[in-house]
Amino acid sequence: MTTENELKPVAEGGLLDRRLFLKKGLTFSAAVLSADVLAESSDIYRPESSKKAGDPFSNYGLPSEYERKTIRWTMGNSMADGNGVSWTPLQDLEGTITPNGLHFERHHNGVPDINPKEHQLLIHGLVDKSLMFEVDDLLRYPMTSLLCFIECGGNSNAAWRSEPIQTKLGYFHGMASCSEWTGVPLRLLLNEAKIKGRAKWLVAEGADASLMNVSLPLEKALDDCFIALYQNGERIRPENGYPLRLIVPGWEGVTNVKWLRRLHLTNRPVMARNETSKYTELMPSGKARQFSFEMEAKSLITNPSFGHKLDKQGLYQISGLAWSGRGKIKKVEVSADGGNTWAEAALQEPVLSKCFTRFRIPWQWNGQTVVLKSRAIDETAYVQPEREELIKQRGQHGYFHYNAIVSWKVDANGEISHVYA
Amino acid sequence: MFMRNSLICLSLLFVPVLHAEEKTPLLGKPVSKALVEKWNGDIFPDGEGLPAGKGTATYGKKVYQQYCLSCHGVDGTGDSADELAGAKHGLTDNPPDKTIGTYWPYATTIFDFTRRAMPLNNPDVLSNNQLYAVTAYLLYLNGIIGENDIMNAQTLPKVKMPNRDGFVNQYQ
Ligand code: HEC
Repeated sequence: MTTENELKPVAEGGLLDRRLFLKKGLTFSAAVLSADVLAESSDIYRPESSKKAGDPFSNYGLPSEYERKTIRWTMGNSMADGNGVSWTPLQDLEGTITPNGLHFERHHNGVPDINPKEHQLLIHGLVDKSLMFEVDDLLRYPMTSLLCFIECGGNSNAAWRSEPIQTKLGYFHGMASCSEWTGVPLRLLLNEAKIKGRAKWLVAEGADASLMNVSLPLEKALDDCFIALYQNGERIRPENGYPLRLIVPGWEGVTNVKWLRRLHLTNRPVMARNETSKYTELMPSGKARQFSFEMEAKSLITNPSFGHKLDKQGLYQISGLAWSGRGKIKKVEVSADGGNTWAEAALQEPVLSKCFTRFRIPWQWNGQTVVLKSRAIDETAYVQPEREELIKQRGQHGYFHYNAIVSWKVDANGEISHVYA
Repeated sequence: MFMRNSLICLSLLFVPVLHAEEKTPLLGKPVSKALVEKWNGDIFPDGEGLPAGKGTATYGKKVYQQYCLSCHGVDGTGDSADELAGAKHGLTDNPPDKTIGTYWPYATTIFDFTRRAMPLNNPDVLSNNQLYAVTAYLLYLNGIIGENDIMNAQTLPKVKMPNRDGFVNQYQ
């Protein structure tokens, strides 16, 4: 049973000890189960759903009809509907895995229709032998699986704006998703082609209508990159790169080339449009950061967040996601008083490198106006910055790589808005 | 003591095993130089990869009007798609004006990107001469080359972009 002592706040604004939820006998004021009413005609009570035979089997399951509002929000170009993005509805999800149909998308010119029997991957350039691989060939290679996030370098870019955007969390931070990817380590294929000593970079290209390409340091390619064929156990969805996607753990989404068809080993980057004009960050000095591949630590409170409403005072659970392109999340701290005091949240095990990490902390809301924040600290001791700090370092026109602390204001009515605080 | 010793032995045994070359089925098929050349469209800042052909801004303007204007606007000033030319101010202004003229470090990237991706609604339509011409037109619109300057595999890599030194490599 919970003692008085354990219900004492650990920081201002009503934050309680993260271990509290492990205690038995704790009730939520928000969700109290009503007792089942016993039916008179029978000796056991049966809910409606149990009074007739259910639906038959299905070849491929879909979410419940009551959950059809949990969808990606899509944003296509007015003149070309395959150019744009769709966002993962992070505010509606729990745990750490993004369902395949909700993984965010960034397409430069639509989702290509690729028959795997006709798709090939060419490795050439600074190698002893140029080699062509069929998709069926790759399915025979030793594979590896990795749970990791992919985040677009342009995720959260609305937060550079001077006014806080009032929209659901996923619609401005949802270009980040997390899956288990399975495929062939790139090292195995590059070794088969025999890398020449001068090779330093690799240009990866997709088979989409923009032949999207980017340069990657060979060092990273040999370290932990792989060519994924499966996502969360099934073959990759077309919009996520079917049949082959390059996975570059922890690095900005654009390097995780979808519909991979060609790897060109070189001694220098190609200076593609997507590593010069875009995915570079203009600083106040007029110079731009280039090849800023790593996604630095970020955390977000997903619940409660904009669009949720607290109906009653009482005990709530604050839940959110944290991740870092540099490794594991070491700690997430939560504040319920706008950043004056912080308390450590519980991290859901297992905490994996370059992967979404779920954090949770109990919180007593007494109807007061509060500002909720979370901040992530990764295993390199990097601390997610406040917005002001990030802007001091980078200015407001870098567009890419926004990872500052996100603040939600809960007002006396339980309404939640996005604030800069 | 015994435990510790055996642990050390284990790690000595296992480390080389982990780093040994994994066995793979070796299914990659060697391909001809000609095939590689057909597949490889990468164009580098020093001109490696540029095809034969040539064009000037005068002809490029016609290509632009037919294939690009509907999305990028009159004279590249932007519409449903990015502004390509006609910056009103520089990179340190608020907000900065990023165009090919103010931001792009290499002229070869214009040719490379247009060949692989543009026009967005028909990316396979332009010939190499048309690509050189429309590249010349975009450089001309940005005040970087003259209206009659010929762009080809030799001249394009020599064009010095105003923001050539504007990037700081964060990786090295
Ligand atoms: C149907 C609309 C459309 C047409 C027609 C079109 N474009 Fe584009 N263009 C776009 C869009 C959309 C983008 C942004 C692509 C992306 O998101 O990757 C773009 C991007 C570009 C860029 C990169 C801009 C930057 O700042 O990074 C260049 C250069 C470009 N187009 C040149 C051309 C040229 C040259 C033509 C004509 C041959 C052309 N475009 C025709 C829609 C179009």
